[in-house]
Amino acid sequence: MLGTAFTQRLREICGPEHVITDPLELGTYECDGLTSHRAVPALAVLPRSAEQVARVVRECGAANVPFVARGSGTGLSGGALPREDGVLIVMSQMRSILEIDPVSRRAVVEPGVTNLAVSNAVKHLGLFYAPDPSSQVVCSVGGNVAENSGGAHCLKHGFTVHHVTGLEIVTPQGELTWLGDGTGVPSAYDLVGAFTGSEGTLGIVTKVIVKLTPIPEQVHTLLAAYETTSEGGQAVSDIISAGILPAAIEMMDALSIEAAEAAVQCRYPEGAGAVLIVELDGPAAEVEQELATVRAICENAGSTEIRAADDPARRAKIWAGRKSAFAAVGRISPDFIVQDGVVPRTSLPAVLARIAELSREAGIRVANVFHAGDGNLHPLVLFDDAIPGQAQAAEELSGAILDACLEQGGSITGEHGVGVDKSRYMPKMFTADDLDTMQLIRCAFDPAGLCNPGKIYPTPRLCGEVPGKRRTNVPAGTEIF
Amino acid sequence: MSERAVVLPATVDETSAVLTDAAERGLTVAVRGAGQGWATPRADLLVETSRQDQVIEHVAGDLVARVQAGATMGHVAEVLAAHGQRLSLDVPPDITVGGMLATGTAGPLRFRYGPPRDLLIGITVVRPDGVVAHAGGKVVKNVAGYDLGKLYAGSHGTLGLIAEATFRLHPLPQSSTYLTAAFTGHAAAAQAIVAASGSMLQPTAVELHWPAGGDLTVGVLLEGTASGVAERARQLTDQIRSSAAAASAAPSVTVSGSPPGWWGTLPGAGYPVARTSFWLSRLAEVLAIIANADARCSAGGSAGAGLLYLCPCDGADVGELVASLRMLLGNRGDASVLTEPWAPAGPLAQAVKDQFDPEGRFG
Repeated sequence: MLGTAFTQRLREICGPEHVITDPLELGTYECDGLTSHRAVPALAVLPRSAEQVARVVRECGAANVPFVARGSGTGLSGGALPREDGVLIVMSQMRSILEIDPVSRRAVVEPGVTNLAVSNAVKHLGLFYAPDPSSQVVCSVGGNVAENSGGAHCLKHGFTVHHVTGLEIVTPQGELTWLGDGTGVPSAYDLVGAFTGSEGTLGIVTKVIVKLTPIPEQVHTLLAAYETTSEGGQAVSDIISAGILPAAIEMMDALSIEAAEAAVQCRYPEGAGAVLIVELDGPAAEVEQELATVRAICENAGSTEIRAADDPARRAKIWAGRKSAFAAVGRISPDFIVQDGVVPRTSLPAVLARIAELSREAGIRVANVFHAGDGNLHPLVLFDDAIPGQAQAAEELSGAILDACLEQGGSITGEHGVGVDKSRYMPKMFTADDLDTMQLIRCAFDPAGLCNPGKIYPTPRLCGEVPGKRRTNVPAGTEIF
Repeated sequence: MSERAVVLPATVDETSAVLTDAAERGLTVAVRGAGQGWATPRADLLVETSRQDQVIEHVAGDLVARVQAGATMGHVAEVLAAHGQRLSLDVPPDITVGGMLATGTAGPLRFRYGPPRDLLIGITVVRPDGVVAHAGGKVVKNVAGYDLGKLYAGSHGTLGLIAEATFRLHPLPQSSTYLTAAFTGHAAAAQAIVAASGSMLQPTAVELHWPAGGDLTVGVLLEGTASGVAERARQLTDQIRSSAAAASAAPSVTVSGSPPGWWGTLPGAGYPVARTSFWLSRLAEVLAIIANADARCSAGGSAGAGLLYLCPCDGADVGELVASLRMLLGNRGDASVLTEPWAPAGPLAQAVKDQFDPEGRFG
């Protein structure tokens, strides 16, 4: 589809072995973690330097060819879904950790570096990289920037946007430039903040300056079992009311516990209707006291069993079921949709009740796994594609769950992004003026609309010409502050 | 005064109507909160937010509050404290929420909680053309759409008016303790700041107070439970003393339940005139440049977070000092004179400005 001269120029830029044109090979890039949307790119390149990325993007601009960047391809909203008429720029070859400054607690890394590799590289310095999406073993830092990834521990430690202080990017026009200087103190507009979470629509990240965090002196993980999610929810409310901010508060319902048990034999308390996992981290002098308080709260809320661990192996065992939950539902259902919605934390009981009702009405099972501390739900909608109509019904149920989140004043996505998957829900959450205003940023970065087009916004804004500046006359002698 | 009019809208709708009208007339517009900042640019129309000064919604169970831009931070703190909570931005109480956001100002708590944008989860703005737009929401975790809040925070009123903001809150700490240590040499002070900042004891703030020609005082805030804070203060005292021992005699560290008088204040009398931000590994060099500058300056701020304000004595010119700092820091930090008009820097920032305010009427 793309001209041979164009392809040839990309081969000259990246080297022939780093330009993929074979349809079979291209097929491996047809989707990211959201497999329900697929598109085989016209061509894929695997650049090894920022300069190569910039030159590829300039070629695309000159030929009016859309381009999409891809990290490790673990995204769950189709943010890295290729364009059939475009170039896929695969960033996985750029995976060097360029610099570590332990005093400043900063590292400069290439975008293809995996999230966990950053923490592993600085562990000997007593530091770690705080954002920890479940896919951290494989997901890339560049992808984390695009999606503003969270993770179980963002309740206390924040999201990617709180841990990135500088970005080298290739703009959609092919210019290599820096946003931010690594200090975290912007001297002009906070374009690092605006760029982070823009889902690959404002340019391609080629270097990332991340903040590193001292490894907490002590970490305690506590598991409490309950007969119902509402009892567990009460414990969560009481922990927050006590003024404690745990590193993570996670909850799983009976169905997701059943799935996790089938997959990884996590041996959570038998017959539990809900399992709550609370992790406390910080100075030992604080964590010990917090643990005692949290334990008492969990007991008062009616827990049937409590387990606590402070050594890495036993903590990992508590986490095993939770971390396997998404994949585990494959054991109890041939197909499933991972939903990602958010409600104010105090609305959790109401929205869980509503999900149960929707599930009953549709005759489709929903397993609930959620970040209870910040109201981020991950309902897993279970269905069988072999049964006619079930996929459609599951899709509708999944959408109705988002409606329920919005009714409670929540959001259509807490961490997976909008991508191609949820752009149609954006007008339910935002007004036309809101979406128009957001896209002014897009027009500033990508007036030609070639950078990951068709994502986030259901209706692209026409950027148009910017009218000439009207300078006002400042009378002589006017004070200018 | 060169303003032709000052207008005090009472609602977002009124603000929108005023700005729509101003756009039709091609008027330049400046926005003012409490007028506490460094500079409100002169304009045809001055829009004040002081009549929109309420906490609209505080859901204690969700640790979230939505406030009007004209509310003072002191008022917000009072409302939240009644429920044992706070917005972890300890700027002076007279500053308005809008002013704090527009200038990106934060107090000592910046070390632990970051600048205002880190706690901002939703925003309502009125664009220069009068259109009202929202982004974010009232949930802490939310990645739907571009985050306009990040862009407006620190935009100095150049992209329109911030009308309302929703923040993530934190529980008030049960106990607070301040450690202070005075140093005669800047190298030892830098080592103490580095040690405290990287400590597993998790300080909430790491500040420097350095009057021109005087000692350097390092202040560290610990927050938590009463017994936890006491134990951490003991351990951190040891860490600070041993960190600085290599450079000079170990300092005496004072532990107190109340802040030193200078806590949260800007250096010098009046407003500081310059600011520098840097990677912490350059702190010792930054302090050396300030100590050796021809212009004698008072310095202070969130040194542990890589930020210092400078105030020269007797109106001395800081141009040379700022230039030296810039040369030292290169592209890993900045130094700037705050009394100069604020303007977007670089082609991307200018492109953003041109999209939001194509006629250049704001700021």
